[in-house]
Amino acid sequence: MIFRSRHWMLATVVISVVAVAALTGCKKKSVDAFPASGAVAGWEKTGETRTYDAKNLYQYIDGDAEQYISAGVVTTSTADYKYQGTLEAVIDIHTMSGPDGARKIFDTSRANDAKMVPLGDAGIAFAQSIVFRKGPYLVRIVAYESTPVTAQALLTLAHGVETRL
Amino acid sequence: MKDRRDFLKTALTGAVLLGSQSKLGLAGVTSHSAIPDHQDQFTHRTEPGRSRVVIARDPALHGPAGQLDEKRVLELLDRAIAAYTGREKPTEAWRHILPQGGPDKVIGLKTNGLGGKGISTHAVLALAIAERLQWAGIKAGNIIIWDRNARDLEACGFTINTDPSRVRCFGSDVSGFEDQPVAVEPITYGAAANARLSKILTRQCDMVIGLPILKDHSGAGVTFAMKNMYGVVQRPDQLHAGGCNPSVADLNSIPAIREKVRFTIGDAMTSVYDGGPGFHPERLWQPNALIVGEDRVAIDHTAWQLLERKRAEVGMPTLEAAGRPPRYIATAADAEHKLGFNKPEHINLVEI
Repeated sequence: MIFRSRHWMLATVVISVVAVAALTGCKKKSVDAFPASGAVAGWEKTGETRTYDAKNLYQYIDGDAEQYISAGVVTTSTADYKYQGTLEAVIDIHTMSGPDGARKIFDTSRANDAKMVPLGDAGIAFAQSIVFRKGPYLVRIVAYESTPVTAQALLTLAHGVETRL
Repeated sequence: MKDRRDFLKTALTGAVLLGSQSKLGLAGVTSHSAIPDHQDQFTHRTEPGRSRVVIARDPALHGPAGQLDEKRVLELLDRAIAAYTGREKPTEAWRHILPQGGPDKVIGLKTNGLGGKGISTHAVLALAIAERLQWAGIKAGNIIIWDRNARDLEACGFTINTDPSRVRCFGSDVSGFEDQPVAVEPITYGAAANARLSKILTRQCDMVIGLPILKDHSGAGVTFAMKNMYGVVQRPDQLHAGGCNPSVADLNSIPAIREKVRFTIGDAMTSVYDGGPGFHPERLWQPNALIVGEDRVAIDHTAWQLLERKRAEVGMPTLEAAGRPPRYIATAADAEHKLGFNKPEHINLVEI
């Protein structure tokens, strides 16, 4: 009787651990980090979120898909935004199989003319774009125009994404 | 010169076209043509064994806020075509390029919008070409601006239009792809033998003018005239192995592409010199140029040199040193493919 009770307790513990791990994994992979319109001051989400997996990522970024696939990309999601009705930008969120994959891609974006910014696990900014990584996520935000407000607006948007990851 | 509204109106509207379209049919597409010798396939070379390539530049092409000056784009186009054909009047020059048969021929303009809004073929260029084609007698509805899909066309700034009374604009997502792959001598065409071609190319166009945008490419090194043809097939992802070599050359050897893509007006008005093929604004540069010609190998070689000069100027390594030289260019010129010339002594480069 005691043996059976312990057996069932052990099974319950194992099942619970597996369930928690699975739930944690699912939650990480299905998070929607795209801020809704107005959630970040001045920014409006202007299009539907599009998601690609490793097999069809080429439809979005053609040959660039190769480097993401070799780094272990699971999905790539993208959405368009507009700041104060005029400045257009796009957010790409790559969910990698792990932090190493995100780091690998992030490291290819580093350049001497990039500025370090306090985002996620590491972030860099150019005049019209920001790239940062947080855990298995690699985020790239690009504006289509350089204006006096672009850099700050992008940083604000990036923070909005980061808090949701 | 007309204002922008008149310019666009002229480029996009025209006489009503009642359904007549080129119907080459699959047999004409997949029949294997003898691979022409380098010397025989280009009509505008200045001397035997050399291909002419024109780089036309205008340092004032972009306005102070960075936007293209549409009037200057049209003038640049006219200068480029005049320099290439040796004919000053645009109407005459364009008639020299177009296939015989005039207004009933369907001319496709294959753009490249894959890079998205920031680095795609400029709509103003395609519309300027559409206007000149109409001046040369091509009916508006017989001009098709096309690419992979609606998204890529909209990235260039176009609106989808299938109305045959006007210049049409739509992607392979509308036309579909041939059911059968191009299984002609698979050893010759490698992975490209399995390519399923867009029906816009195979069934609708009599001639295609390529309108690539010059970009660095993370795999192939450079993407321009020949790689623009990746947008003609359903699964271009299957052609990226080995830095897209030999697939770029193999694909461009397929008869439907080789025989119909007869001219290139390469958009080097804006480019990315690193980080491509996507949009990396920190690596954006404005060569303010068009690169035109028939020989896509020579055009790609010329574009490659332009890109390398820019990279050297900003202190970046050569594509070779970066591990991604565009080897497909030499492959396209080799004895097996004979798609054109890649050696400087065989390229008559005209810079205006």
